[in-house]
Amino acid sequence: MALLYYFNRSWKFFSSIKLTVVLLLSLAVTSIIGTVIPQNKNYIIYFREYGEFLYGIFNLFDIFDMYHSWWFQLLLLLLAINIVVCSIDRFPATWKIVAKKSMFDVSRFRRLSSKEEVTVNRSPAQLIEIYKPFIAKVFGYCRVEQTDEGVCVFGEKGGWSRLGVYTVHLSVVFLLFGGLIGSIFGFEGFVNIPEGEKTEYIRIKNAEKRYRLDFEIRCDDFNVSFYDSGSPSEYRSTLTLIEQGKPVLKKDIIVNDPLRYKGINIFQSSYGMLPPEDVALTFKNRETGMEYNKNVTVGREFDAPENIGKFIINDYRKSGKFMGHDIGETFTGILTRNTGSPVEIILPLRFPSFDRMRNADFVVSITDYKSRYYTGLQITKDPGVLVVYTGFVIMIAGCFITFFLSHQRVCIDIIANGPASRVVVSGISNKNRLGMQQKVKQISKNLARLALTA
Amino acid sequence: MNSSLMLSLTTFVYGLAAFLYIVSWVFKKQAVGVLATGTSVAGIAANTAGIIMRWVESYELGIGHAPLSNLYESLVFFSWTIVIIYLVVERKYNDRIIGAFSMPLAFLAIAYASLSPNISDRIQPLIPALKSNWLIAHVITCFIGYAALAVAFGISIMYLFKEARTSGKSFLLDRFPAPAVLDELNHQMIMFGFLFLSIGIITGAVWANSAWGRYWGWDPKEIWSLITWFIYAALLHARLTRGWHGRRVAYLSIIGFMAVIFTYFGVNLLPGLHSYGQV
Repeated sequence: MALLYYFNRSWKFFSSIKLTVVLLLSLAVTSIIGTVIPQNKNYIIYFREYGEFLYGIFNLFDIFDMYHSWWFQLLLLLLAINIVVCSIDRFPATWKIVAKKSMFDVSRFRRLSSKEEVTVNRSPAQLIEIYKPFIAKVFGYCRVEQTDEGVCVFGEKGGWSRLGVYTVHLSVVFLLFGGLIGSIFGFEGFVNIPEGEKTEYIRIKNAEKRYRLDFEIRCDDFNVSFYDSGSPSEYRSTLTLIEQGKPVLKKDIIVNDPLRYKGINIFQSSYGMLPPEDVALTFKNRETGMEYNKNVTVGREFDAPENIGKFIINDYRKSGKFMGHDIGETFTGILTRNTGSPVEIILPLRFPSFDRMRNADFVVSITDYKSRYYTGLQITKDPGVLVVYTGFVIMIAGCFITFFLSHQRVCIDIIANGPASRVVVSGISNKNRLGMQQKVKQISKNLARLALTA
Repeated sequence: MNSSLMLSLTTFVYGLAAFLYIVSWVFKKQAVGVLATGTSVAGIAANTAGIIMRWVESYELGIGHAPLSNLYESLVFFSWTIVIIYLVVERKYNDRIIGAFSMPLAFLAIAYASLSPNISDRIQPLIPALKSNWLIAHVITCFIGYAALAVAFGISIMYLFKEARTSGKSFLLDRFPAPAVLDELNHQMIMFGFLFLSIGIITGAVWANSAWGRYWGWDPKEIWSLITWFIYAALLHARLTRGWHGRRVAYLSIIGFMAVIFTYFGVNLLPGLHSYGQV
């Protein structure tokens, strides 16, 4: 008995629309937090930004990943329960109205404050013949009943639109359920693949985890094209999927046109340049003017010309610094002469004669280099998408039905008045009462006209 | 005549229309009201022409795309939808005082686009992330929603004014529609706006899923659109409970529109935001 008591208590608690309002507003207010405090950053950043005390409090409430925190999920769960309980609680009463056509009661319509009345020169019996098909056409459902003073025509339509609100609620359940499926069985990862290379391992977002795909992804080619203005126009990766050593699928992907294979989606997300691998160098003998061109690999020692010693390119910076100034793309090399100690040589790409400053016998400069792109791919799996999309469709349909269709009932009360008749039109609607009043006016006008012309 | 000039002209015409609606309301001149409606219709014609010209010009530049791709273009479209929705309401309810509370919003939106030095009116090529058929569906539905909620905001303010002065005569308020009518109209606008806000969020989610592989990523823009959605959902439910009609609904509608504005502009001020074009 105690159990039943608590069940009834909670049922009552969850079947309240006030609770819905409170939950929706709580979700709205708390959601703001995560837009003010950046989410899922490194804890060191937070510690520096907020100090020990605030950091401790924020951490306790999972503020740094608040949309996945226990309390935010709890609010969503409460909302889901609230929606389901409210719907189950109210559905039987609604279904009663929808399933069977209303019992019309003329006195209910006569009590309405807003009615339209016209007097026409025909008998009720004649009018019925004219009005019945008209009401049947406008409302779909039509019924004629005798009253104490004459006869009346009832029309009804859109009773099923009362179900709209349940479909909206159902759609929210679909969305939450689809989201849950995605968070349990799906993942969101990323991987960088240099041109010409392949991999089957990806990194999972916001986690120190690797994930192994059932296939390898090879990046055959990457291209970025630009508009004349210099802004990027297209990022394109040519990918080949390799399963058990065999290529199974080849496709170019661009932003907004991903590759999908066996439930895994591969998206163009970013790109970058690998550090240069091959460099073209020039050694110039200052005395003789003799120039030596060499193509070398970064990080590999080679013999400098005229047997002066060994040379190695050992560093590359996108923006190198010299005496505090930015000198752009810069390589660094080390020259180890046969005698003497190694010398560091700075080789900025932008300034080919930079090495003259060293005042040595040879001037070294970089003439060209080659480097490869890598493509940044976002790789996701989400088996819940179909459920969520179903929710989307149901929600749009449900909102439309709920907001713009209504259950309308109209009563044409025809009262014999000598040889003529008084025709009183009144109507009720479960929503948009102003609209219904307008409609009643319009119907009344039409009825008056029909009585004259028919 | 180019599109920028045409849209600057539109700004001026909308400003005039807003002024005429206010004059017609304050001085109770029916004729001025009719003139205001005429001016608005001329404004919408110029606005439409400006949008079409801009579309054509983008093709002439060889970077053809619908003019819905940046802040300038969205503001222009925003004021276009506000005026369209207002004119429909004016025609249906035969009331011009609402114009004194709606046209200024349309004017402000397009004036901000035309006059702010921070907003470039140059036609730019589409960045890769925006090259999608979802762009048009997403932007149009969002802005229809925003515009309806903007008109609801104007009506809510009218409601609060009217409701505060139920007793006695007020020179400015006595020709306002009755509170019940304003409340109903507010509700109609919010339902319409909420439907399109929902469709806007949904098209955005579907687009995000096709561009980035996730339909929802808790990005500040997404979160703020969801906050807006929560507020209006709360409003629609509050209206069903006793004691939450009228004034409180009007306040919620105003708060909701603030959230719309923040979703639109304010998100750019938040920390840690990634811009859509970032590589």
